[in-house]
Amino acid sequence: MKPVVLWSDALIYLLVISLAFFFYRLRKDPQTRERWAEVFSSRLGMVTFTVIAAYIMVALLDSLHFRRALENPEGVAVEEVFYDNKVTSVFDLLTGGMGDRFERTYSAPFALLSFEKENLKDEHGADVRDYPPLRHAGQHLQDPSQRGADVLAKTVTALFWGLLLSALIIGPQWLLLRGSPYPWQASWLVQGSIICGGVWVVSLSRYYHILGTDLGGADVLYQSLKGIRTGVLLGTLATLIMLPIAVTLGVMAGYFKGWVDDVVQYLYTTLSSIPGILLIAASVLLFQVYIDLNPDFFAVGMEKADAKFIALCFILGVTSWSSLCRLIRAETLKISQLDYVQAAHAFGVSHTRILGRHVLPNVVHIILITFVLDFSALVLAEAVLSYIGVGVDPSMGSWGNMINGARSELSREPTIWWTLSGAFFFMFALVLAANLFSDRVRDAFDPRTSLRRAGA
Amino acid sequence: MFAYIVRRLLYAIPILVGVNLLTFTLFFVVNSPDDMAVSQLGDKYVTPEAIENWKQKNGYDKPLFLNPDAAGLTRLTDTIFFDKSVRLFAFDFGRSESGRDITSDVATRMWPSLAVALPTFIVGIGVNICVALMVVMFHGTRLDRGAVFLFVALMSISYLFYIIGGQFLVAKTWRLVPISGFHAEGQVWKFLILPVLVGVVAGIGAGARWYRTLFLEEAKQDYVRTARAKGCSELTILFRHILPNALIPILTGVVVLIPSLFMGSLLIESFFGIPGLGSYMLDAINSQDFAIVRSMVFIGSILYILGLILTDISYTWADPRVRLS
Repeated sequence: MKPVVLWSDALIYLLVISLAFFFYRLRKDPQTRERWAEVFSSRLGMVTFTVIAAYIMVALLDSLHFRRALENPEGVAVEEVFYDNKVTSVFDLLTGGMGDRFERTYSAPFALLSFEKENLKDEHGADVRDYPPLRHAGQHLQDPSQRGADVLAKTVTALFWGLLLSALIIGPQWLLLRGSPYPWQASWLVQGSIICGGVWVVSLSRYYHILGTDLGGADVLYQSLKGIRTGVLLGTLATLIMLPIAVTLGVMAGYFKGWVDDVVQYLYTTLSSIPGILLIAASVLLFQVYIDLNPDFFAVGMEKADAKFIALCFILGVTSWSSLCRLIRAETLKISQLDYVQAAHAFGVSHTRILGRHVLPNVVHIILITFVLDFSALVLAEAVLSYIGVGVDPSMGSWGNMINGARSELSREPTIWWTLSGAFFFMFALVLAANLFSDRVRDAFDPRTSLRRAGA
Repeated sequence: MFAYIVRRLLYAIPILVGVNLLTFTLFFVVNSPDDMAVSQLGDKYVTPEAIENWKQKNGYDKPLFLNPDAAGLTRLTDTIFFDKSVRLFAFDFGRSESGRDITSDVATRMWPSLAVALPTFIVGIGVNICVALMVVMFHGTRLDRGAVFLFVALMSISYLFYIIGGQFLVAKTWRLVPISGFHAEGQVWKFLILPVLVGVVAGIGAGARWYRTLFLEEAKQDYVRTARAKGCSELTILFRHILPNALIPILTGVVVLIPSLFMGSLLIESFFGIPGLGSYMLDAINSQDFAIVRSMVFIGSILYILGLILTDISYTWADPRVRLS
């Protein structure tokens, strides 16, 4: 086994660690504590946060990559170890190789037979045209009619193990947080359902294709789950890349004013006057041309896909900083007029120190609100970009690629609904949770809304 | 007022030059004229002479930004960048890489785009205002909270699903209208209904939620309390006092979008096969036709800047306290 660290893996772990450090530093600040308490004091905030955390967990597990060592062929003993060209992740291990069970083409959810007829030989060797049995579904059944009872029995067993696992995970939390004023019960309920659902999925996917298979015979549920990493990483990394540009330029424009302000304003007006989707498409095409001209850059196919992905995050970040920059500039203009900043000037405090101690801490809430608001927008944008053909690499599973490949399936007869449903469900759950959570965060952190509530 | 508009138009020039500079750099740094020649000629015919010939024929045989051989100001003007940009400012977009005249393409494709985008825009605003008013009438009740949740849920559905779902339900299952296509003559409306419907429904979530906050903002004002104190009914307050006042921020908020209606919608047009500017752009992106993309970027920027100016003007029109200077 040889670990493979992709750039996006490194970046997402870096992001998680720095966020953890950021919150660790902020834990003493009473005002921040109070606001987060407000976010989590509602059941909605708790539930949506738990759902988002589950998505992030899957994304993190799916970001631990390695290449399996290949076993030596029979009778050959060599010292050197060869590695599989395919990159596997810890998440693939946990799902029990759900993605390795390919069929020939479409099959319906829980089906035992393929969706399309093929030429087969019957027992007597005569040619017949019929639905061939699937290679990886219901192999253990003696008779296809047992399927219903078998699914039910396996569901009951899975639920039992799921509840046991939930008890193991929720139990310690219950012991620790019994007396807490926050509605943890709501979170535990969601955690329990997610764990039970996960156990059910993993145990049943060994025997059936729960959401069927797509045109190429790949398991739809597995692809939808793989889309989680792409969605979560894109939503966070693009904002991460955008933040330093927007914050630096915005704070400088608002603080120094004069020609700095003019230049920054000119930059963001110019950038925002270009239709966003065209700018993104053009940049992605250019990167594509660059990769095509330099094909020897990357060792494994996955690294090439990953480089394209990072480039996409980068492009989305660089093209979208103007709105945040405008907000921060306006806020900084206001703050630098305040008495304590003027007083700091009078005392001869240096610019960097004023910016770091007095201005930056007061724009943090804008950054935070933008971060959570942009997340869902970026997840939705990924689907559209993939449809246009400038999204993530087709080899990297993503909801946009699934929708793009399945867009004409609804007009087939009989209708193939499961590919689109899989992508729809997982995307909708993430975006809805993020939207609801960002509403809570904005209500708590935006001084305008919180003041208004205090006055009302 | 007139002087203000002229000055704003003059301010637009450096921005458009910047836009041009940016797209130009993006395209030519990675995709140099030599690469373009190679991809246009095809691998078989690539000789140094053929490349030179192609560059000369298509006007790419000059330096990119700075011509060191020329004298004086022609150092800057005798370059590819100057040639191509100046022609853009005169609305002469040249020819696409497949040899079609971009200016006339844009002129003909603008109308189908507008035929879809304008009804979507107007019907969308009307529907959103009605929905938001209904929700505001029940402010503070369970119905209000449920509606807000529904708006967020509607916002969380990808645009692609609205289109795919609309085509599946309306066109395939119920067979009410054709799935896609466009005819300039005869029953144009048949082809327009579904795209407009999808566009309006997809916009309800975000639109109605925004209008609801605007109405509630207005409902907190003193004049509303006065109206209530003198005994106006809630309906009178809503329609006679709140609605007209809330229309001001709604109007000034959407004016910026009006010029962009000419550009059409990328997704709607490509899904429904409408030969507008949106599908034109998408085709250009897919066939990597940079001449078209560059022209569309330029047009898009002009329309956006126009939208900003219109917004400022609409402020003075809606609120006499605002003076432009």
